Amino acid sequence: MSIEIDHVNKHFRDFVAVDNVSLTFRDGELTALLGPSGSGKTTLLRIIAGLEQPDTGRIRFHGEDTTDLHVSERGVGFVFQHYALFKHMTVFQNVAYGLTVRPRKTRPSKDEIKQKVMRLLELVQLDWTAHRYPHQLSGGQRQRIALARALAVEPKVLLLDEPFGALDAKVRAELRRWLRQLHDDIHVTSVFVTHDQEEALEVSDRVVVMNKGRVEQDGSPEDVYDHPANPFVYQFLGNVNLFHARVHDGVARIGDVQLPAPEFQGYKNEHGQAYVRPHEIEVFAGREHSDALHAKIEVISVVGPTVRLELRTDNSEELVHAELTKHRFRALGLAQGGDAWIRPTYSRVFLPDERVSND
Amino acid sequence: MSITLVKRRVIPGFGLTIGFTLLYMGLVFLIPVGAFLLYTTTMSWEAFWSAVTQRQVVASYKLSFGGSLIAASINLVFGTLVAWVLVRYRFPGKRFVDALVDLPFALPTAVAGIALVTLYASTGWVGQYLDIFGIRVAYTQLGVVLALTYIGLPFVVRTVQPVLEDLETELEEASASLGADRLTTIRHVIFPALFPALLTGYALAFARALGEYGSVVFISGNLPFRTEITPLLIVAKAEQYDYHGAAAIGTVMLVAAFLMLLIINGLQWWASRRHG
Repeated sequence: MSIEIDHVNKHFRDFVAVDNVSLTFRDGELTALLGPSGSGKTTLLRIIAGLEQPDTGRIRFHGEDTTDLHVSERGVGFVFQHYALFKHMTVFQNVAYGLTVRPRKTRPSKDEIKQKVMRLLELVQLDWTAHRYPHQLSGGQRQRIALARALAVEPKVLLLDEPFGALDAKVRAELRRWLRQLHDDIHVTSVFVTHDQEEALEVSDRVVVMNKGRVEQDGSPEDVYDHPANPFVYQFLGNVNLFHARVHDGVARIGDVQLPAPEFQGYKNEHGQAYVRPHEIEVFAGREHSDALHAKIEVISVVGPTVRLELRTDNSEELVHAELTKHRFRALGLAQGGDAWIRPTYSRVFLPDERVSND
Repeated sequence: MSITLVKRRVIPGFGLTIGFTLLYMGLVFLIPVGAFLLYTTTMSWEAFWSAVTQRQVVASYKLSFGGSLIAASINLVFGTLVAWVLVRYRFPGKRFVDALVDLPFALPTAVAGIALVTLYASTGWVGQYLDIFGIRVAYTQLGVVLALTYIGLPFVVRTVQPVLEDLETELEEASASLGADRLTTIRHVIFPALFPALLTGYALAFARALGEYGSVVFISGNLPFRTEITPLLIVAKAEQYDYHGAAAIGTVMLVAAFLMLLIINGLQWWASRRHG
């Protein structure tokens, strides 16, 4: 079932939560709505679910207008960040809820409900918790039960609001891999909201980056990471360094370093900002290349197999972050407070009129 | 270093606090109630039985327990409604309404009784219009229920309110997204979550109504067999130096109240075990 969002607007008093957004989620796709808090991603998800009404614009499920349909009639499965399990019901009763509250005519028989619930509990690998209460389960288990409960009504679309937001790092990583597998098995059109770029990139087929109620970029995870459409997406997806650059005829110059910038073919002597990811900076212990920039190493931090350096170049006020493997770091023999030479190997330049406002 | 047997806590003083608690409970509660029960036992069984089964007394039990049950039930419904409105909506004057709820706690009950009788007497502001429809409030059982409802309201509101505040709206949204209509959501999601608080509020409002004296005596008119509440009879007996009679009726009230609270606590224990 595809979802079509057609020029949707929503504001709360004078705060614009969703600003004229149009999107289409294709059938069977798992999409991440990614953005900082206050970017409107949760509001958009709630509008799709019918938990929030748009000021203007329409929502269509598979071409059928559902904008004025009550949540209970939309056929959406909604998973909340804090699980929203019914505390006074057992796990079994929670999962069965959507079936037992149906009017008698469409309600399955007791045996059918039981079979279905047990099958779903097996799917989320928690069939042994059927007679427990939610408070007896861990956070990760609760969220899997919440998912089973949402799936029990065979929703046309599955909507997840920061589903792993309340879990610790290890459970999070485990659950998102599991969600990906589950989606590959059941293929229900799914949209999930997250502010964690790693989560969005790992789990989804498609990433929609939002900021201030607008869509900044919409594409595959690789596309969005490798070819950010604008400075905001660049900064939001991972760490990035900013350098002053001069663009001239398809070449960007950062200090003496020359990097290709083919999109600026024909531009003459323009000032711009070059965005360089930490792993796209080469670090040398000596002046091996004439164009490398001299810098002092201020901080060295070893994070597992990678080493992060904070360096200060001679002509910049801001720190430069560089990342290299531990192996390479050892080979270079760098020391805190010592000298180093750095050279960007790739950059993406944005001219001032494209610059995103700082917030 | 010596071995300490008592677990160290951030705030020490278990011995002192439990000692004070027991002393306090003893002086303020156990000794007076014990002495009172002991005094009752000095009566012969026949004297006790005839004192507590006088027709006038039995009529007052009916009014006191019946009226308190009705008043507590009314408060259960409307108190929950008030709590719901105060928690869920924002409106001008909300803080004022919130403060108003506590008024029956603070206002001397005699003042409340006089105010009620002034308003609801057949010549009063409200009473004159009710009189047109033949509804009489002052000096009737309806008036007794009205006074008991007035003094019980804050108990339900103040016990339900915090629980309602903690109740995530997400639960209702989850229920709706699973296809439940509004009534089903209230019945299966909101009501079970509020149940223990409703029970507590009901018990408190009931207990308060049962013991109420000040406001009722003004509005009820104290007509024997019709609008006499049990606490009034106890006072009347004591004023006539019939201390034994007063103590006997008091014992009945004490035992009945104790049983009611025991049942409600039992229900609550059962509910909280189920709901974790």
